[in-house]
Amino acid sequence: MLRLLLLLLLVSPFASTAQDIVFVKADEIARWKAPAGDTVRVINFWATWCQPCVAELPAFEKITAEYAGRPVQVILVCTDFKRDVDTRVRPFVQKKKLRSQVVFMDESNPNKWIDSVSPEWSGAIPATLIVCPAKGVERFFEQQLDYETLRKEVEAALR
Amino acid sequence: MKKLLSFGLFMLTALVFTAFRPLIGTGYGIGDTAADFKLTNVDGTQHSLAGIQGAKGYIVVFTCNACPYAQAYEDRIIELHKKYAPLGFSVVAINPNDKNVQPGDSFDKMKERAKAKQYPFLYLYDETQEVAKNYGATRTPHVYVLDAARTVRYIGAIDDNSEDPSGVTEKYVENAVDALLAGKEVATKETKAIGCSIKWRKS
Repeated sequence: MLRLLLLLLLVSPFASTAQDIVFVKADEIARWKAPAGDTVRVINFWATWCQPCVAELPAFEKITAEYAGRPVQVILVCTDFKRDVDTRVRPFVQKKKLRSQVVFMDESNPNKWIDSVSPEWSGAIPATLIVCPAKGVERFFEQQLDYETLRKEVEAALR
Repeated sequence: MKKLLSFGLFMLTALVFTAFRPLIGTGYGIGDTAADFKLTNVDGTQHSLAGIQGAKGYIVVFTCNACPYAQAYEDRIIELHKKYAPLGFSVVAINPNDKNVQPGDSFDKMKERAKAKQYPFLYLYDETQEVAKNYGATRTPHVYVLDAARTVRYIGAIDDNSEDPSGVTEKYVENAVDALLAGKEVATKETKAIGCSIKWRKS
């Protein structure tokens, strides 16, 4: 028993490095779009089964890494089916060791919230919104993005 | 010379406008007349909307094999056809995906899927992606309900719950077709849904 406790104590700091996925509702979108101060938010909509989404994830991860300590936040909004969160999404996030914040959009009817992300969005993924209200920045992309494009957009928003 | 120059300028302007046209306002909106098309069905025969006998309208569904959202709706698309084809609204399914980008959506894979699930509707291959571009489809599944005159009357999702058919509270396409059959205005004309982006050919 004591051995088990010791083992748990040893293991737990490593276990806690894997982030837990937060479930959010659609009203969170308005808050994402209104970060405090001059924070730039990069909000990406993806799914584990979406090839172009998975292909562009490293670019978002690189933004998170390169802009650590600066007012830039990446939020990866997962749109997988809810039944797949434990079986697919969590293992995926762990395997890829994602550092950017991953949240799960816990809504059954996307028609209720797609327009609140951007009226330009048809609903196809990947899609990305870059906002910085303090600088009047709101840029929407319904396409796969590469790091260079993202970096330029983030730099423009920071300026 | 001056005439020639101004003609040249006119042609250049026309060219520039034609070249940039697709960037401005792509695809159909509600009330637009959708163009007919001729595409190859999984059985190898060519089909157009005009060739569907006794049509009172059409349920055009851009869909595919590989997309999980399309898969989630597959049975519901079959049911739509079974319910509405006898009433004059056939489902016309179109796969617009490029097989090089998504090998699971090749014509051969379409044939396999249609056979395995015994699709009762046309499953057409939009190999050039021209039809999807004309319609302005962006994702799968993406539905366009047309009336007999091919006027676009509804654009969007099939219903309001892709994951769970038993959790559906609003059947958008059925409501639109029911309204058209009753000679009424479609109440919800446009909806949005998360879907797989159409796999456009890499140029």
